[in-house]
Amino acid sequence: MAASKKKSKSNISPEELQKYYREMLLIRRFEEKAGQLYGMGHIGGFCHLYIGQEAVVVGLEAAAKDGDNRLTSYRDHAHMLACGLDPKGVMAELTGRKDGLSKGKGGSMHMFSKEKHFYGGHGIVAAQVPIGAGLALANQYRGEDSVTFTYFGDGAANQGQVYESFNMAALWKLPVIFVVENNRYAMGTSLQRAASTPDFYTRGEAFGITGAVVDGMNVLAVKAAGELAVAHCRAGNGPYVLEVKTYRYRGHSMSDPARYRSKEEVKQVKDNEDPIDMIKEMLTQGGHATSDELKKIDKEIKKIVQESADFAIASPEPDLSELYTDILV
Amino acid sequence: MTIKILMPALSPTMEEGTLTKWLVKEGDMVESGDIMAEIETDKATMEFEAVDEGIISKILIPDGSENVAVNTPIAILLEDGESLTESNNNKSTDKNAIKPHPIINITTQATVKVTSLIGIENVPEGTTFTATTVRDALRDAMAEEMRSNENVFLMGEEVAEYEGAYKVSQGLLDEFGAKRVIDTPITEHGFAGIAVGAAFGGLNPIVEFMTFNFALQAMDHIINSAAKTLYMSGGQMGAPMVFRGPNGAASRVGAQHSHCFAAWYAQIPGLKVVMPYSAADAKGLLKSAIRDPNPVIFLENEMLYGRLFDVPDLDDFTVPIGKAKIWREGDDVTLVSFGIGMQYALEAAEQLAEEGISAEVVDLRSLRPIDYDTLLNSVKKTNRCVTIEEGFPVGSIGNHLSAVIMEHAFDYLDAPVINCTGKDVPMPYAANLEKLALVTTKEVIDAVKLVTYR
Repeated sequence: MAASKKKSKSNISPEELQKYYREMLLIRRFEEKAGQLYGMGHIGGFCHLYIGQEAVVVGLEAAAKDGDNRLTSYRDHAHMLACGLDPKGVMAELTGRKDGLSKGKGGSMHMFSKEKHFYGGHGIVAAQVPIGAGLALANQYRGEDSVTFTYFGDGAANQGQVYESFNMAALWKLPVIFVVENNRYAMGTSLQRAASTPDFYTRGEAFGITGAVVDGMNVLAVKAAGELAVAHCRAGNGPYVLEVKTYRYRGHSMSDPARYRSKEEVKQVKDNEDPIDMIKEMLTQGGHATSDELKKIDKEIKKIVQESADFAIASPEPDLSELYTDILV
Repeated sequence: MTIKILMPALSPTMEEGTLTKWLVKEGDMVESGDIMAEIETDKATMEFEAVDEGIISKILIPDGSENVAVNTPIAILLEDGESLTESNNNKSTDKNAIKPHPIINITTQATVKVTSLIGIENVPEGTTFTATTVRDALRDAMAEEMRSNENVFLMGEEVAEYEGAYKVSQGLLDEFGAKRVIDTPITEHGFAGIAVGAAFGGLNPIVEFMTFNFALQAMDHIINSAAKTLYMSGGQMGAPMVFRGPNGAASRVGAQHSHCFAAWYAQIPGLKVVMPYSAADAKGLLKSAIRDPNPVIFLENEMLYGRLFDVPDLDDFTVPIGKAKIWREGDDVTLVSFGIGMQYALEAAEQLAEEGISAEVVDLRSLRPIDYDTLLNSVKKTNRCVTIEEGFPVGSIGNHLSAVIMEHAFDYLDAPVINCTGKDVPMPYAANLEKLALVTTKEVIDAVKLVTYR
């Protein structure tokens, strides 16, 4: 862990550090605001927050290039923000309004953006895994060198379709990165109680798939690991399994009090491993940003998030005629 | 005793086959396990092994004989110490001894006359027709669409090198190569998901399920991933793809391989569902399904694959999804069906005509969307309706049609609508029970007599 921190530090510019800081902070503030709006009744149903896991998606997006695909589970707000989607459209979807990414018809778990190659937002655990392999198949079919980042959790990693996908992706050398976001809990079941082998990065071995594990609280380490994975896939070597060890601070969804773990455990991670604090420290200690500069960034982010919330509340509900649209092309 | 070697049944639905080639000749000694002949079934060319030891004394059916019924004597085997003369003496008694024993009462390879109203598809005046099997019509549809659209590809179990478990994809690997005709492992959940992903990514996959019974394993991707994404994305993206394969009962394959899923899929908004009966409709509808920007469930039937129907000789013959076809006009009762149910409907109509009852036969062809107009107009004319399908009775297509008729044509009805369906039991294996479990022509006739008060 320490080694990767040090190593990546030397190759990184202050601008990049600031960029990651800004992106991770946007996710955190956005999710905090979403939690608040949920509590106020503006957001309904399920709402799964990404707080604590920010370095995963920001680090991997830093390794992606235009044309690459990404898709994930229902814990999807951060993936959309990290690939550059407007927070207003995401927040307005959470509030179920007409200006939401899916016109208010998808909800927090089901959002898509063809423009940004963001293919969902999947509410069925692990369904995105073969779909990600299929997106990679489409790229390979057309002779493109794009890769597909297929994110799923440690819970989903126990689904049978994951291994069906591993088999075919390896057999057909599909350019797909299977990213296991291991946040230690599948809803309320700790991985020790759900996984016979807790090292998810080894789970592709039986299919001949290269695997690696990385500290998912360190954005620079994630980026470096992502670059290796991307290089592997773009070179036509087939799929790659990247386990990213991370932690979610909040419950599984807004309605989960998270009694299955101790407050001390959460506090320990927050105090010692927080991905945003880590970057902040690097920025200040390395002399790359003054505390005033960081405050300025914080303020900007807060403004963006507040604007997205205002927008999401002001946007009208979808027209009633939308009930019967978009069922068939 | 001489032994009569009989034409073997080498697949569940085989009733006759081609004796492609003898690999032994008269006078040869064979032992059990020796390969004696090659026999082409409705699915594949198979080697036929000897069971008993002896000398081939007489070959009764020569190389290349087509349409040899199952259980027809094809050769005489002499056991140790017997002479040819003895066997010749026995031969006269053989004649009536063995008769082909059809497994169920379905005639295969019979040309069905495309009588009237094929014009509904706007076939130009003077169009010629070629008798084509449903199997070949499906293959032709895929080949034509693959030629015209680079993004169309076929994937599934045994579709490429094996040329289809039911020989539907014959020749496609040769013409289009392994990139576009993809053999998958036996992993329906996974490859259905991969196909949905490929469709999201801009391709037009055709997914062949070896049978729709196995698609139960892929149901989540068909329903949750393919059918719902257009809606959940606010119209941004969907899954332009086809899921196809045989559906419903074949013959003697038991409960897990005989399920008709028509009513299941027809319930799902976001899908289109078609279930053709004839080869022309199979071809025209499959071409439309492949071009359709939505996920289409294309339900075929193994019993119909070998049936011949006239298919128009047109470069680009398509049938619109969502349009019913009237196969036979009539005044006394409307028989409405789809897929293999049409066989019972048409047979019943024929027999009823002899008794002076004139039945109009409507083939829905599409189960989502359903052409309610054609059905309701027919019922308003005949004032009576019997629905026919192979699936289970509860929540059947017939139940739904009855409700629609009641709501929109109640005042026209002179009798309650009767639903003829498969029985409310898992499909039994025993031949007699299976026959009882399926809908029959007689049940259709009885239902018509009830609604016409005869």
